[in-house]
Amino acid sequence: MSEAAPVRDPRPLGPAAYLLCLRGIVWREALRFLQQHARFVAALVRPLIWLFVFAAGFRAVLGVSIVPPYETYILYEVYIAPGLVAMVQLFNGMQSSLSMVYDREMGTMRTLLISPFPRGFLLISKLLAGVAISLLQVYVFLAIAWFWDVRPPLIGYAAVLPALVLSGLMLGALGMLLSSMIKQLENFAGVMNFVIFPMFFASSALYPLWRMNEASPLLYKICVLNPFTYAVELIRFALYGQISWPALAVVAGCGAVFLIAAIMAYSPSKGLIARRGGPGG
Amino acid sequence: MLEGSEPLALKIGMVSHAFGERKALDNVSCAIAPSRHCVLLGLNGAGKTTLFSLITRLYDNTSGAIEVFGHDVRRQPQLALRQLGVVFQQRTLDLDLSVLQNLIYHGALHGIPPARAKRRAEEELERLGLAARAGERVRKLSGGQMRRVEIARALLHRPRLLLLDEPTVGLDIDSRQSILDHVRQLCRDQGLAVLWATHLIDEVQPQSQVIVLHRGRVLAEGPRERVVAEAGAGDIREAFSRLTRADDAKGGAKDGDRAA
Repeated sequence: MSEAAPVRDPRPLGPAAYLLCLRGIVWREALRFLQQHARFVAALVRPLIWLFVFAAGFRAVLGVSIVPPYETYILYEVYIAPGLVAMVQLFNGMQSSLSMVYDREMGTMRTLLISPFPRGFLLISKLLAGVAISLLQVYVFLAIAWFWDVRPPLIGYAAVLPALVLSGLMLGALGMLLSSMIKQLENFAGVMNFVIFPMFFASSALYPLWRMNEASPLLYKICVLNPFTYAVELIRFALYGQISWPALAVVAGCGAVFLIAAIMAYSPSKGLIARRGGPGG
Repeated sequence: MLEGSEPLALKIGMVSHAFGERKALDNVSCAIAPSRHCVLLGLNGAGKTTLFSLITRLYDNTSGAIEVFGHDVRRQPQLALRQLGVVFQQRTLDLDLSVLQNLIYHGALHGIPPARAKRRAEEELERLGLAARAGERVRKLSGGQMRRVEIARALLHRPRLLLLDEPTVGLDIDSRQSILDHVRQLCRDQGLAVLWATHLIDEVQPQSQVIVLHRGRVLAEGPRERVVAEAGAGDIREAFSRLTRADDAKGGAKDGDRAA
């Protein structure tokens, strides 16, 4: 084996090539998403049902007192809107995870993994593509919610963007990590039951944590340990032009941990793929 | 450019791989020279796909070394992968995207700007007689057409080694023949090295190099004529069945010392 490069070796891949690759991955994800009209509709209808039906029904039952970042008494709809935004991202993250399992079964994942770019970069690009799609969903949802009297200050719509990117990355990385552990597509129902629902319900998305504490101190502790709570709070504060530093720290920290774990899970040497019995044939 | 200075297109040295207890590859060594057409012949379960997974670095080889044009796939994956074009056994096109969109996406994965990827894609599709289908959704293509698109895709970044894993499975006779011819032509006209994995013995071309893989081990390697002669057989089909049957007869006497 010689270190001397063979005559026809291609030029090394520079930063421009990395950008092209990232752009291509986002572009493909967007194309796919736009073609799956049903998925777009489902992604919107889900939080809207919560907003229109659930929130309306519970408005009378659940009084929400003044909790930061709110400065006045608020309607229940207004309280759960940030939680629903986070739910959109949670579903989107899990949906990407599902599509990665699907891609792996169908083999399309292979075309991504034989790209010469470093695998960590490919996976992060894939995550960013998922986040871009979740942003689209979230802003359409917020636009509709505006007509339903969920009207955060204008500055909030801009301030929430970085928060959404961070929370989207954290939830996407979690999904990616899960996708490396799910062996088959059918197991996605398990993800629904054991990840999405517990994460959503045991969080501050639907009720403030102090209320939870009154109901059950144990549940309160679970909610406090749930990273999803912090995604919700990060989004909630950002929507009102504020930063929740603890939420920011937890979301960034958990995001980094999930991301590193996911990249390791997909790395060729430490990878879980290799230990899982490999391909047939 | 000295002829002799060019490294081998593919060099596999003493590679073993196990999934838990099951040994999928056992001390496999083989090589392909540049511009050679090589058929990796083996029954289902012989270890062909595992070997492909290691070459394409779906996972790492834990023992032995794999080099593509002198680049170790573990230590210089970027250089190795850029020389590789791959057609997997499974269909790996995005069914809901158009043919051209699939190819442009692949170009991006190799850092090729969309305009250039489009130009090259059109060239490749033209050569494969699919130019008219470029804008169509992949879902509407026939199996044979999809395979040809996958070959066009594998060539888009101008690799020098093309790997194909059972590329004709599930195709009708005509599609099969056209793919066989096309790849042989690529090998001859463009100097592409080809590793063609199959269990179909009649896909061995007269001028092919042959590697016989059986239960994770290489039983024979060399030009077709030599493999046939060394097995004391009349043709490659007989050679294959003699080699594999002799190996099966040794049966459970496994683990290790194979005659090199």
